[in-house]
Amino acid sequence: MTAFWKEYAENRVALVALAVVLLVVAAALAAPWIAPQDPYDLANLDLMDARRPPGFVGSSGYAHWLGTDAQGRDLFSAILYGLRISLQMGLVAGASAMAVGALLGILAAHAGGWVEGAIMRVVDLQLSFPAILLALVLVAVLGQGKAQLVIALVAAQYAYFARTAYGAATAERQKDYVEAARATPLPGWRVVLRHLLPNCLPPLIVVGTVQVANAIALEATLSFLGLGLPPTEPSLGMLISNGFQYMMSGRTWISVYPGVALIIMITAINIVGDQLRDQFNPRLRR
Amino acid sequence: MTAILAAEGVTRRFAPRVTLGDRIAAALGARVDRRAVQAVTDVSLAVTRGETLGLVGESGCGKSTLGRMLAGILPPSEGRVLLDGAPPMRAGHKTTTRIQTVFQDPFASLNPRQRIGEAIAEGPVSHGLVTRAAAPKLAADWLARVGLDPAYAQRFPHQFSGGQRQRVAIARALAMQPEVLVCDEPVASLDVSIQAQVLNLFLELHRALGLTCLFISHDLAVVRHVSDRVAVMYLGRIVEIGEAATVYAAPRHPYTRGLLASVPKLSLDGAAVEFQPIRGELPSPLSPPAGCAFHPRCPAATDVCRAQRPALSPRADGTLVACHHA
Repeated sequence: MTAFWKEYAENRVALVALAVVLLVVAAALAAPWIAPQDPYDLANLDLMDARRPPGFVGSSGYAHWLGTDAQGRDLFSAILYGLRISLQMGLVAGASAMAVGALLGILAAHAGGWVEGAIMRVVDLQLSFPAILLALVLVAVLGQGKAQLVIALVAAQYAYFARTAYGAATAERQKDYVEAARATPLPGWRVVLRHLLPNCLPPLIVVGTVQVANAIALEATLSFLGLGLPPTEPSLGMLISNGFQYMMSGRTWISVYPGVALIIMITAINIVGDQLRDQFNPRLRR
Repeated sequence: MTAILAAEGVTRRFAPRVTLGDRIAAALGARVDRRAVQAVTDVSLAVTRGETLGLVGESGCGKSTLGRMLAGILPPSEGRVLLDGAPPMRAGHKTTTRIQTVFQDPFASLNPRQRIGEAIAEGPVSHGLVTRAAAPKLAADWLARVGLDPAYAQRFPHQFSGGQRQRVAIARALAMQPEVLVCDEPVASLDVSIQAQVLNLFLELHRALGLTCLFISHDLAVVRHVSDRVAVMYLGRIVEIGEAATVYAAPRHPYTRGLLASVPKLSLDGAAVEFQPIRGELPSPLSPPAGCAFHPRCPAATDVCRAQRPALSPRADGTLVACHHA
């Protein structure tokens, strides 16, 4: 573990990215305490402060460092709360997709025969299909709401996990310890959960990191298109969408700052994921 | 002389899986190699209760495949395996815990992410031999029994040497209270000094528990050390089977003789080293020779060997030999 950490720390960029991820997570967790304003308590908002540029000192007496939006909402506060929701959706959707996908992939590898064929052909079909399109259709059918969105994101993403888990499990199932477990004989579910799954985890964690970033981006895209979360739970995507109509009138900050926050978060998570992948894949080692 | 475990005319083929791509290639006129490898051909043998039957042969002769079929891990393509009259495997799944296996490579046969105490107790708990509460005690007892410190139960396999791991693997197999133990080259991947320790442990446990054992090895000295009877395999068939003492003292089949002669020996005066390898190589099991499979390498081969396969038939001392001339 220490060796693993040392190798990680050798990559300065990845180290910075990890710090950024931790900072973003901390900021999102601490949003209610560090945000100057509760952006969704209408009593706090003053229309006189609407669409003010960054640095404007509003009627409530503090500076809006990132400006305000059309409702006079402090953008810095809105971004902190938006990060909260975006991260939450990304993590819940990513973790659920990992659980579903990993189980399906390992089950396919373990069962073999027609089960393997059926699961993996569906996965192949889905991988050849744009994830955003599937998520769009599902949200359109299921309607708005957190649970519906998570279902749509999981349905769009589990296939990546299933493919990865299947690949890892087909390699593991050839090994003697799996044969030993089957020869005992241990029940199939035990072989899957206690023997195959723990040994397939490293690549899944790597895919998981990247897929959390993807889930966040996917959710932001859906929210931007007005198909994501309801306006009462605005994520970064919705903030970007809200400011979009003001882009041409020069009030670019309303869209740009949430967008920058989104890009920083996704990039940082992806860099961390890439570093993990490099470290878990011995062939990429220098 | 009651047979506990018996093979009746078992054959195992490994056919390459015909994929969709192969079918398309074949439809387009490409030649697809679909020959099956016949790893084991028409083998019948019986393991008597309480004995250790050694199974020897070169790499690739099918001894591991035969061992896996007898252990009920691999279904035979033809013939059947019987444990007290009932097959140990049904519909592709092993049905009995009465046969347990010790695998060759202790670095591969233990789950790298499972604590060894858990590895030992997992099977017995899963099959209700002990309660979950009694599992740590069971693991500790077995660790002590195979000569390891019971405090090691919380460790992972990578913290052990090869010999220690093989002890863990033996403990894991024996914790299931099997009647038959199939050992597939259990010491082949260990250092010679460790081999002796593990073999002695094996012999000790074999005696103490009254196990029946199938001991697979390519090492003649190891097999002689542990076995009551020996079966010699060549290219998927048994060519000689008999009491270990008899077979080692007076090998009948030219292949057995060749094997025994090819063991490097050091003479005491340090002068001449007798060493006569069998000439030629093991033929491909994809296209076994006609007649006696050993005839291309046999010093005593005649026309009848090239034309007719010799049957395994009994000799005066009880040994069964498949040779026209022995």
